Amino acid sequence: MLGFLLTVIRRDLLLAARRRGDWLTAQFFFVMVVSLFPLGIGPEPELLKRIAPGVVWVAATLASLLSLPRLFADDHRDGSLEQMLLSPEPAVLLALGKAVAHWLIYGIPLLIVAPVLGIQFALPAEAIGVLVLSLALGTPILSLLGAVGAALTLGLRGGGVLLTLLILPLYVPALIFGAGAVDAMLAGTGAEANLSLLGAFFVLSLIVAPWISAAALRVSME
Amino acid sequence: MDSPPVLSAHDLACARGDRSLFVGMHFALAAGELLMVQGGNGQGKTSLLRLLTGLSSPAAGEVQWRGRAIGQTRETFHRDMAYLGHANGIKEDLTPVENLRFQAGLSGHAFDEPLAESTLRKLGLARCLDLPARVLSFGQRRRVALAGLLTAGALLWILDEPLTGLDVHGVALVESILRDHLNRGGLVVMTTHQALTLDGVAVRTLQVGRQEDA
Amino acid sequence: MSINWYKYSAPATFYGLAGRLVPWFGGAAASLTVIGLYLSFFVAPTDFQQGEAYRVIFIHVPAAWMSMFIYLVMAAWAAVGLAFNTRLSFMMARALAPTGAMFTFVALWTGAFWGKPMWGAWWVWDARLTSELILLFLYVGIMALWAAIDDPRRGDKAGALLALIGAINVPIIYFSVKWWNTLHQGSSIKPSGTSMDEVMLAGMVVMAIAAWFYTIAVVFVRVRRIILERERHTEWVKHVLEGA
Repeated sequence: MLGFLLTVIRRDLLLAARRRGDWLTAQFFFVMVVSLFPLGIGPEPELLKRIAPGVVWVAATLASLLSLPRLFADDHRDGSLEQMLLSPEPAVLLALGKAVAHWLIYGIPLLIVAPVLGIQFALPAEAIGVLVLSLALGTPILSLLGAVGAALTLGLRGGGVLLTLLILPLYVPALIFGAGAVDAMLAGTGAEANLSLLGAFFVLSLIVAPWISAAALRVSME
Repeated sequence: MDSPPVLSAHDLACARGDRSLFVGMHFALAAGELLMVQGGNGQGKTSLLRLLTGLSSPAAGEVQWRGRAIGQTRETFHRDMAYLGHANGIKEDLTPVENLRFQAGLSGHAFDEPLAESTLRKLGLARCLDLPARVLSFGQRRRVALAGLLTAGALLWILDEPLTGLDVHGVALVESILRDHLNRGGLVVMTTHQALTLDGVAVRTLQVGRQEDA
Repeated sequence: MSINWYKYSAPATFYGLAGRLVPWFGGAAASLTVIGLYLSFFVAPTDFQQGEAYRVIFIHVPAAWMSMFIYLVMAAWAAVGLAFNTRLSFMMARALAPTGAMFTFVALWTGAFWGKPMWGAWWVWDARLTSELILLFLYVGIMALWAAIDDPRRGDKAGALLALIGAINVPIIYFSVKWWNTLHQGSSIKPSGTSMDEVMLAGMVVMAIAAWFYTIAVVFVRVRRIILERERHTEWVKHVLEGA
């Protein structure tokens, strides 16, 4: 079981390593969206500091949505998704492995870039720490819930836009708790409450989402 | 013919959208037998094969593996079954050997690298072992997929047009592969538009689709 | 064969039953609406703080109740459909969604009408209004997914799975929005005083029941249409259509 899970993850990591172009696109998208805000709003540090948590978090959800449509679509097109579903191992592990791989490939780089963006937005050091922590807890949620949307819209016309429509409302709690943690830190009330709620939402997504993605994959492959 | 059936279909019905493709289909297949599924385009050959793999579920009836519904014995059934569909299931960015390695890992059995390499060589891919599948021709990719079938060690093969894209040598190769598999007691369910010479093996045929439409 | 018969006859039976029930529910909805509106606009007293403008809550509150309730009922039908693979349950889920979205929209619209005299703005990021907005997004997502999938079987199940994960998420979204609202000290709708007039409550409850009967009537009409479309190749539908 664990072997299967690790094989799914290793396979996606290797494929991503062979196609670095796609990977870089998503990272630059994140940086660019965030960098556009000061240009649109103005450079006052106080204002930027106020909007930084929300801007970074919204950009993170958009960046994850950019890469999600291809989570299963490539494997669907070349037939390897069929083969993986015909494995004796349960499909829920496949769904979990794909979501974990998506987070490793597209989520972790966001954590690494986020401090730089925090500096751009004049965030103090401890707020940057909370921002990274909130993204560390929150981006896996984006991958887990996003996998459900990717599985549901597999092979549909306009699947990418549809995926956005389906999944963005589900991202709301992650966005609120994630950006709220940094806000609370800036307001001096401490980020613990928000971070624990975010953690609880993460655990719930980890338990529920892979089952629904697996069921959705079976439905979409019929 | 007297051996007990290993794979059987009972009163199988299949619908695509609101169109009924077939109803009340029965067949039984014993070890060492090949089932050739026949029918025109759009009559439900591929749909039938996908029902047999368990990828889709029938509108009515059931498919049994060793006397048990495949839904109930899914794990065992998928361990015993290998499927080759229209798509090859080959990742373009991986080499043939890497493809076979992941295929083995995903279907839960140990990867035997020397066996994989010798199988690929046997299928005429000796010079392609270290090239990404993206540079291979269509027929060569089909051969990689066939190598995956051979190394999977499954008892039941479900093959949807396995000859597509293969040249004359490729077709002869598939014929000998099928003969070996059947003589070892394997089972095959397949479709093809091309003629196959399979002497000395038990071949059954199954007509899919309503006759009046044909 | 017996299983087949059961499967094909269930929607056929329901088609007839629903057809007979529609006028009753429709009639009940219409008369209750008249009673409810009379209570709300002529019997209920003028609010001493908000004046006459508050009367929009007789539509706003029942609509908001219905919007959430219908989502849960829809998710329940979806769950039944996934668990027992009953086609009628999926059809019920599909039939409920547009009405749920309509009530969500009405709740938002009337909320804006109420907000203008109350806060001097058409839209405020009040916790309940924001939750309604996200609920509307959830309804739109499900209906868009249904519209995008041509194969009815795949569409039924995919929509049901989305409804299910949405239903798990709805309480969390509601809680998170409330949390967000208190964190940012936004404005919040407070019903005028804890001692709501009994007539006001009665008016709201009557309107809510009217909305519920209306929903049942509309959903039955819609389910009948879906049944006819899905079963158009069967004998009984041909019979029905020729008879009509």
